[in-house]
Amino acid sequence: MMNNTADKFILLSLRLITYAIVLVIGYILFDIIKNGASALNWQFVSSFPRRSGAEGGIYPAIVGTLYLVVGTIAVSLPLGIGGAIYLAEYADQGRFNSLIRLAIVTLAGVPSIVFGLFGLGIFVLFCGFGPSILAGSLTLACMVLPTIIVASEESLRAVPKGFRDASLALGATKWEMIRTNILPYSLSGMITGSILGIGRAAGETAPILLTVAAFYLPRLPKSVFDQVMALPYHLYILATQHPEADRIRHMQYGTALILLLLVLGLSLGAILIRTHFRKKYRW
Amino acid sequence: MSRSRKLHITDKLMRLLLVSAASTSVLIVCLIFLFLFKEAGPFALQPGLEKLFDSQWIPVSFQEEHFGVGPLLSGSALVTALAMLVTVPISVLVAIYIAEIAHPTEREFLKPFIEILASIPSVVLGFFGLLVVAPLIKALFGLTTGLTALTGALLLSLMAIPTIISLSEDALVSVPYALKNASLALGASHLQTIFRVTLPAALPGIVAAVMLGIGRVIGETMAVLMVTGNSAILTFSPLASVRTMTATIAAEMGEVPFGSVHYQALFWIGIILLGITFALNIVAQRVLKKYGMMK
Repeated sequence: MMNNTADKFILLSLRLITYAIVLVIGYILFDIIKNGASALNWQFVSSFPRRSGAEGGIYPAIVGTLYLVVGTIAVSLPLGIGGAIYLAEYADQGRFNSLIRLAIVTLAGVPSIVFGLFGLGIFVLFCGFGPSILAGSLTLACMVLPTIIVASEESLRAVPKGFRDASLALGATKWEMIRTNILPYSLSGMITGSILGIGRAAGETAPILLTVAAFYLPRLPKSVFDQVMALPYHLYILATQHPEADRIRHMQYGTALILLLLVLGLSLGAILIRTHFRKKYRW
Repeated sequence: MSRSRKLHITDKLMRLLLVSAASTSVLIVCLIFLFLFKEAGPFALQPGLEKLFDSQWIPVSFQEEHFGVGPLLSGSALVTALAMLVTVPISVLVAIYIAEIAHPTEREFLKPFIEILASIPSVVLGFFGLLVVAPLIKALFGLTTGLTALTGALLLSLMAIPTIISLSEDALVSVPYALKNASLALGASHLQTIFRVTLPAALPGIVAAVMLGIGRVIGETMAVLMVTGNSAILTFSPLASVRTMTATIAAEMGEVPFGSVHYQALFWIGIILLGITFALNIVAQRVLKKYGMMK
């Protein structure tokens, strides 16, 4: 009897703690949405900032974030998926491949501000790109690379071995086998993992602080060597550096909500893609 | 013959491309170390590394400049320690609930929902902390400012939750059924089995999860930059404002002249930060590998 009572109490405690976390997450989302919704309108997302961001909209910051996302995708997807294919299909347990795996693990643990320093040192200064879309995208690409590799490799390994053996038995070359029998079935996992990585990049502030972000630009960028505004940096400046910070909370919340919707939208998209493909392919 | 030959050439070419792609990770790691030391290097000669051991961080001064990282290290250590104090018990208990107790449909809801937390950009959480948590801390403790080590720690504990829960749950789920069934067969209750058999067996994995969580927390930049008050002082008080290594780099790098002593000092902070997270990462991976949890 004593044991039963104690067990019930412990179970209840575990449930309460778990749902307390759920409530905290819910409250954060609620707070951002509630306060950000009033700022949301077409003008806010389609016009340029005025009076140092105290009025107007955040259109250039949205465009800038999207440019960075596209740039990051362009660099990290080929490298990430290529690396994953190699690790899943070609790599044995040799020393070189262990080194690659160690490098990926190491990269995953590097603080984002250190990526900012790295990007500053190599892309902004050494390569001479200056603070620019190119420098920012390359930096973010380096940062999300391990996420994409790990997720893609997992989805490749999930494809049954029989698919490979059947293809090879019919005389296909290694690459032929991969291209026709592995990639189609692992594509959903790769896309899902890649989107999650890109979502992380879209929300990151520290690396772009040092490699690309500008607080105010009078026009949209014209080349990859131009600086851009970006949502996370814009939010940071509005909230902490702006002389009228206390009086423009609605602008801050609006920016936060747009950023949150962008990132969560990517996550939701990833989940939907995974669900869709799961139904389509079964074995 | 021509077609077959072309196929094999393509095969070899693709392998070469894929090796190159995979090797990029190694290249990037090497370049990170190389460029951090390249930019930081001159500081070692003039004014010398011993300056990093000063007890003060006063990089801009009309009198004498000080580049002691002690206050920044203590700021990071304090915030990280407080954050782990909060997040470890909560995360492990939640992981236990999800892995061992929750119904399948409940689990299907809980896991993605908690993952949402990992998706929220740190600058948004920092913003939330600035407007909601900081005023709360200020009112609760009767402070002049809510921007304190404790405020930063609470936010960081939130950010570490998905990492620790996810990995801890993996560790719990990895415990063989045979161990659990043996315990149940001997008359132990479900909870007794969880806390006396499953949890001890999963402990190495949970330790690794905690270490990776620490790396995540100590490396966080924007949230602490926004809510810890940024006072570079040596203190052990949770209610004091502190300055972390990450916040220092983020706040000051945009304002220093390239190549200056201050600039180089900031790169040394980056090296220290990288060294700490690298060490944590390596040890965590060794634990995971040793106990067969490496994927």
